[in-house]
Amino acid sequence: MLHAILSGDVPRSKVLAAALALIFFALLLAPFVFPTVNALNVAGKICIFILLAASYDLLLGYTGIVSFAHTMFFGIGAYGVAIVMGRVAPDWGGVLLGGGIAIALSVALAALIGLFSLRVRAIFFAMITLAVASAFAILASQLSTLTGGEDGLNYRVPEMLRPAFRLFDGEILGIVINGRVMAYYLTFAVSLLLFLLLLRVVNSPFGRVLQAIRENEFRAEAIGYRTVHYRTLANCLAAAVATVAGMLLALVLRYTNPDTTLSFTIMMDILLMVVIGGMGTLYGSVLGATLFLLAQLYLKDVMGAASAATSGVPLLPSLLHPDRWLLWFGLLFIASVYFFPTGIVGRLRSLAQRHRLL
Amino acid sequence: MLRTEGLTISFGGHVAVDAVSCEFQPGSLTSIVGPNGAGKTTYFNLISGQLRATAGRVLLGDEDITGLPAPYRTRRGLGRAFQLTNLFPNLSVLENVRLAVQARMGKGMNLLSMAISHRELSDAAWSYLERVALTQMAQSPAASLPHGDQRKLEVAILLALEPQIFMFDEPTAGMSVDEVPVILDLIRSIKAQGDKTVLLVEHKMDVVRSLSDRIVVLHNGKLVADGEPAEVIASPIVQQAYLGMGSGDE
Repeated sequence: MLHAILSGDVPRSKVLAAALALIFFALLLAPFVFPTVNALNVAGKICIFILLAASYDLLLGYTGIVSFAHTMFFGIGAYGVAIVMGRVAPDWGGVLLGGGIAIALSVALAALIGLFSLRVRAIFFAMITLAVASAFAILASQLSTLTGGEDGLNYRVPEMLRPAFRLFDGEILGIVINGRVMAYYLTFAVSLLLFLLLLRVVNSPFGRVLQAIRENEFRAEAIGYRTVHYRTLANCLAAAVATVAGMLLALVLRYTNPDTTLSFTIMMDILLMVVIGGMGTLYGSVLGATLFLLAQLYLKDVMGAASAATSGVPLLPSLLHPDRWLLWFGLLFIASVYFFPTGIVGRLRSLAQRHRLL
Repeated sequence: MLRTEGLTISFGGHVAVDAVSCEFQPGSLTSIVGPNGAGKTTYFNLISGQLRATAGRVLLGDEDITGLPAPYRTRRGLGRAFQLTNLFPNLSVLENVRLAVQARMGKGMNLLSMAISHRELSDAAWSYLERVALTQMAQSPAASLPHGDQRKLEVAILLALEPQIFMFDEPTAGMSVDEVPVILDLIRSIKAQGDKTVLLVEHKMDVVRSLSDRIVVLHNGKLVADGEPAEVIASPIVQQAYLGMGSGDE
């Protein structure tokens, strides 16, 4: 049963299995285990970024496509929902309408970009995606009547997802099931389902072809695969999933602006999540996204505490001052890429394999 | 039947294959020989679609496939093994062959089933590994195989495509002496099926002599001799163009 749900892609490392189980149950029970509004937002963001990073890994890790346009699709999803919620109607029909238009637009754009890959080499393809994504970000900030420009949009979401909503009077385990909890579980369920779908896709015959393309595109062609079709389909699929991730973000945050969806910083974040977690392993996206977001959000607090604790020592307090968090964040990444070139998942699996052999 | 008509390709000013017209019949094995740089591999690339001809045509049966991309030629029964080992290095040996079986059976666009649940694909792949005596290495990454085994895997991938036309580009290059017979026996057994067309680029004259029904000689991109092995090898142009220069090395 579990084997079929995971599409036969078992963790192959006890530590990895334990880490995945821990993350799964922490996210499943997040509203009850971490009952503050802030913690629930973090948990929701982790779900969304796991999905976003996993869809990016389909391109980067499995197919060997370097694209910088992934946040564009994320943004299309978020703006699609935001615009319809704000301008048409904040109900489920609106979510479907905005989401439907967004997915159609994303898939069409991804197919167009994918067809470029027929003619150009990897580096030029990356440049093209960068150009398209930048153009789109500028477009989003310039079309301010539609998108709210740099300020973005604030809007109401379907009633069931508003904080004031109560599913029923009373509590479960001391928690009121309000709109925030509903929005969180919507995010969790959709992310989980789509993640499992991606896991199926990468372990399908199609997924094997993607890996063949990554390994040796020339030979994949020679044995009869028209690689441009496979690459384009992978592009469209990744774009569609990123779009759904964007829709979820728009519903959870109840505001959408360029910073939360389209910025190049987010693109870099996704890239780092995938690389740190381990490219071409999907589970790497789970670990990468979780660790990255936790570090991003809590490193400042940890450093504040460390800075205070070392207040008597010269130099250390100012080095550990929370304002320097980006420095330490950067060092953490350099260290992780240096020590785990195959990512955390790759490292854990090779350790487990060595353990089995010895 | 495979035919080339005035097949030509030039890179800049250099004409690598120069108006080569040739016909290859089912049930026959044709060796293509010539000194290094004669255009043998380039000629293969034009036939299998890795390169596009500057002029001339490639015909498969009655169909003109000159403009057809490589994957479509493969699906029409043109199978190619490469001179430089050309594998999926980090995938397992079995997976390398399985991918070829999967391509032939047209299952690559299946997104929602598990690849491991398609037993027919892995069983078939296993049988091709048996034919080249590689089953013991089935789970190892292709890149970890010794050179000779990589050559065998290359041939197994070609077998897995079940082509009508087999194109071998120096299949035994770099193999140790005791490994060569496995490959030669395989080529003989393909020929013995009677309905397959085999094209072989090979430098070892003893191999060429023992396998070929016919020899075609390329020199500076031009077809300079074509006929029975004994006759071609004895012809002055071959003695001068190829055997005089190329013997001894490779």
